[in-house]
Amino acid sequence: MNRATLDLWVGIFVAIGLGALLFLGLKVGNLTFASAGETYQLHAKFDNIGGLKVRAPVKSAGVVVGRVSEIKFDPVAYVAVVTMLIDKRYQFPRDTFATINTSGLLGEQYISFEVGGDTAMLKNGDFIKKTQSAVVLEKLISQFLFSNNKAGEAGGNAKK
Amino acid sequence: MANKLIAVLTDLGHRVTGALWRLGFASRFLLMILVYSGTSLRRFHLTIREIYFSGVMSLIIILVSGLFVGMVLGLQGYDTLERYGSSSALGVLVALSLVRELGPVVAALLFASRAGSAITAEIGLMKATEQLSAMEMMAVNPIARVVAPRFWAGVLSMPLLAALFSAMGIFGGYLVGVRLIGVDAGSFWSQMQASVDFREDIVNGVIKSFVFGIIISWIAVFEGYDAEPTAEGVSGATTRTVVTSSLAVLAADFILTAFMFRGA
Repeated sequence: MNRATLDLWVGIFVAIGLGALLFLGLKVGNLTFASAGETYQLHAKFDNIGGLKVRAPVKSAGVVVGRVSEIKFDPVAYVAVVTMLIDKRYQFPRDTFATINTSGLLGEQYISFEVGGDTAMLKNGDFIKKTQSAVVLEKLISQFLFSNNKAGEAGGNAKK
Repeated sequence: MANKLIAVLTDLGHRVTGALWRLGFASRFLLMILVYSGTSLRRFHLTIREIYFSGVMSLIIILVSGLFVGMVLGLQGYDTLERYGSSSALGVLVALSLVRELGPVVAALLFASRAGSAITAEIGLMKATEQLSAMEMMAVNPIARVVAPRFWAGVLSMPLLAALFSAMGIFGGYLVGVRLIGVDAGSFWSQMQASVDFREDIVNGVIKSFVFGIIISWIAVFEGYDAEPTAEGVSGATTRTVVTSSLAVLAADFILTAFMFRGA
């Protein structure tokens, strides 16, 4: 086999190999947001983060605008400090309300931004003042059962 | 009795020293390859020739096995996920298991048996027919001329082959999951994209396959170079290449996985 044919075959091999990598990156790994690079940091304190994990999405109006980059425990105030990397293209008002939501009943948890009306925007390194903790399903169920019992009793009493 | 014990201990010690001696020689050999690899990179057509023999010739087996592994993953994954009513997560299952583990590892095992054994046999036979000595007589360094191009060809081919294996496997999973069974195509791809991270999963998979490429090529060229220059010696070296590099790949995979994917 002469050198030109050899080069051609190796060229084809390298091309489809890189093509496969590109396919993995774009189609499988969805390399659009992670590589955008231009981000700024926001912090938020939560009483309870439930099952929130690092790399969980940060959404506003359902659109992914950033990712959770770090979760720490504040040993003084006994709260969780969540650090988020937000896409530079998106700015949020100072009175943005951060809540931890669950996608679906048992799905993964994410942080949701509900935008306020302040004209001043959050800057790099700012803390989000208004936060709401994760809903812990077990707590919710026990509350529901408890209050339901009470309601039942109350109803029973009323009938008597 | 005491004599027998001493004989056993001597034999054991002999084996251990032998293994250590080989390990030391192999490390020195790797260093020599790196030192003399300048020639193989400057005269790159030598390396391209070897990429043809180890990379391009492995394409068929890699692509076909990738497709079948992906199709089996599709069937098995659907069977299990369906019990929990989450068959839409099939894409995640197929993609993550291929990109993180199966792609690099199975491609490496196939590469070791398809290309690694061929490299060992070729170099071993060159040694047995005294071609390597002849080169030295002509003042051509056999490590620079024969060994280094084969080593680099293996190192460069392996990540590409692993990526092709993963891509082919995901396509196979798509064929079975979406086309054959009827999982929704939209949720197949979107859930996959939501949970596969480029840096965490894909880049780590590529790093893995790169490390496996180094391990396999190193073992293959070393076994060839170290082979006893007889027909028996070459066949033994070829077997050792496949066995040793497969075991080394699996052990290295465990270590790399422990470093890369430890918790969240």
